[in-house]
Amino acid sequence: MTDALLTGADASTEVPLKRRLRRAERTRQLKALALVAPLLVFLLFTFAGPIAGMLWRAVDDREVRQVLPNTLAALAAWDGKDLPDENAYAALASDILAARASGTIAIAAKRLNYALNGFRTILTSTARNLKAEPERGTARETLGRINPAWRERTTWTTIKGAGGPLTSFYLLAALDLTRNVDGAIVAAPPDQAIYRSLFARTFIISLSVTVLCLILGFPVAYLLATLPPARSNLLMIFVLLPFWTSLLVRTCAWIVLLQSKGVVNDSLLWLGIVDEPLRLIYNRFGVCVAMTHVLLPFMILPLYSSMKAISPAYMRAAASLGAPPLTAFLRIYLPQTLPGIGAGSLLVFILALGYYITPALVGGAADQMISYFIALYTTETANWGLASALGAVLLLATVLLALVYGKLVQGQQVTGGMKN
Amino acid sequence: MSDSPSLRTPSQRIAWTATIIVSTLVFVFLIAPILAIMPLSFSSGSYLTYPLPGLSFRWYDDFISSPRWMNSLKNSMIIGVASTALSMVLGTTAALGLAQWKSRFKPLVLAFVLSPVVVPGVITAVGLYFFFAPIGLTGSYLGLILAHTALATPFVVITVGATLQSFDTNLARAAASLGASPLQAFRRVILPLILPGLASGALFAFATSFDEVVIVLFMAGPEQRTLPREMFSGIRENISPTITAAAVILTTVSVILLATLEGLRRRNERLKGSGA
Repeated sequence: MTDALLTGADASTEVPLKRRLRRAERTRQLKALALVAPLLVFLLFTFAGPIAGMLWRAVDDREVRQVLPNTLAALAAWDGKDLPDENAYAALASDILAARASGTIAIAAKRLNYALNGFRTILTSTARNLKAEPERGTARETLGRINPAWRERTTWTTIKGAGGPLTSFYLLAALDLTRNVDGAIVAAPPDQAIYRSLFARTFIISLSVTVLCLILGFPVAYLLATLPPARSNLLMIFVLLPFWTSLLVRTCAWIVLLQSKGVVNDSLLWLGIVDEPLRLIYNRFGVCVAMTHVLLPFMILPLYSSMKAISPAYMRAAASLGAPPLTAFLRIYLPQTLPGIGAGSLLVFILALGYYITPALVGGAADQMISYFIALYTTETANWGLASALGAVLLLATVLLALVYGKLVQGQQVTGGMKN
Repeated sequence: MSDSPSLRTPSQRIAWTATIIVSTLVFVFLIAPILAIMPLSFSSGSYLTYPLPGLSFRWYDDFISSPRWMNSLKNSMIIGVASTALSMVLGTTAALGLAQWKSRFKPLVLAFVLSPVVVPGVITAVGLYFFFAPIGLTGSYLGLILAHTALATPFVVITVGATLQSFDTNLARAAASLGASPLQAFRRVILPLILPGLASGALFAFATSFDEVVIVLFMAGPEQRTLPREMFSGIRENISPTITAAAVILTTVSVILLATLEGLRRRNERLKGSGA
């Protein structure tokens, strides 16, 4: 290498040398990439792929198509303005008979019932009462007699709307929107419009927890950053021990403390402060207390590192220039902690948004956040489309906030890990 | 208050005292709940209240003699150790590669590698549930190990990456110039120097898997339930003192992990200090 550099002045060898160096660098880069590749492939399989699959389910809509193929083909040219023609009725009758034979009616009934409440009954009653293929030209009359719903336009627009293969139905539903009989986007009926208030609730709980963490975390971070290292290292254990303690242990601890016969209520009763046990858990109060406890270290650690970086000389300079302590704090110290406040608050807020375990265990029915409904629709009711659509909204919010966070801490060393 | 910041005016003294009082209350808030449930696990009664009627190990006996709890502890260990090992292999190689790789796509790749930490647990869990069910990986140890590895690897990449950043590459060159093969240089020079970083990464990875419950909730069959998962259903159904015994066991593991990590950090600082 040294030889090559020395002869580099010679014009005839300069080009090959440059090329050789470039080639060596390229090999090095390829080797580096080869080292990263296994993890990338692994994450593609265990993380990115599954999440992409979930996002796909939010727009995937092939259930009705699979059960009622002929009906949808017959409806393809239908303008939706009037009832469809006899052909569509005949196609539906033959689809229903075929689906009854193969036992797939329930698949379409479930999907159509999401879009129009009561559709399950329409479809199953028709399947039950339709004895055989109607005579040519009588399908409309036969089906209308079995269930008058077939004489209504909404029934048919619902089928056409659920024809897939892609749908905006679940994403709209996640935003309390739906399509009316003419295909225009309108507000969902009040009994189904629960998701905006769910987002609002998730937002309010996360914001309350973030504000609580900031109020409680700021003095602690200030104390830790100001004390000499020997003492602050010791006190840091009070922050790190809960940080490392299992989430389940901490949640369990709060239930034991706050329940009606728990430690806190017992003490309050014993001290005569209250006459009967207070309701401290399975409500909003319990959720906020337990979540603040879990997330507080995530506020304290970034605040601490931003405060640690502030030289005490600034405050001394402010004082020597005649600033009263409060002014010096507000004008000199506080502005320098803003990146730490921003990073800590965003981190706590992002983590709080996706919380599931703590609200599920210490919250009441009115305190469940978006994650709870995603889990509920996945495992209990198996409305996977809606679960995925809600997941997509939560993921979008998280990714956007994480990008802001990334910009904020760029160059700053992020301390600590994250758990939920 | 010899170690307080220069306090010249009474108002400053009041502010400092207020800081100390508030901080003390916050420290109590942080630690008290964890400490409060510990004595309850040694209670001889079956109610989770103070004062304790007497002391006993009956709830620990209950834990040890219960196949359900012991199986969950075993599962936590199996899944924790396996996903730590796998995430160490994947994370360390990736960190070594990222340290040398120069590209404008590097921040993007790094963001992707670290994203499992930020994405809400429920989203990862639901995605994996849909993805792993058709290929038979739900209700299996392998599925859980793979999922936990994905969550734990970012911590390995971060800790090992930080260690590599402070690693003096001249040492590797020196080893090469003295005739060491790349493998020898790695084993005899690089590895001993980055070992504390690797150990921290492993501890983080193990803690991540050991504490994880959302993915287990979605993907584990009755055979693969881990300790946090068993606690989750225990808390849901009825909190018996056996859960507090389980909590004490979990906390003990956390304390051991934290103490080891703190020891590694101190050792590292000492080495750095003596090197300067």
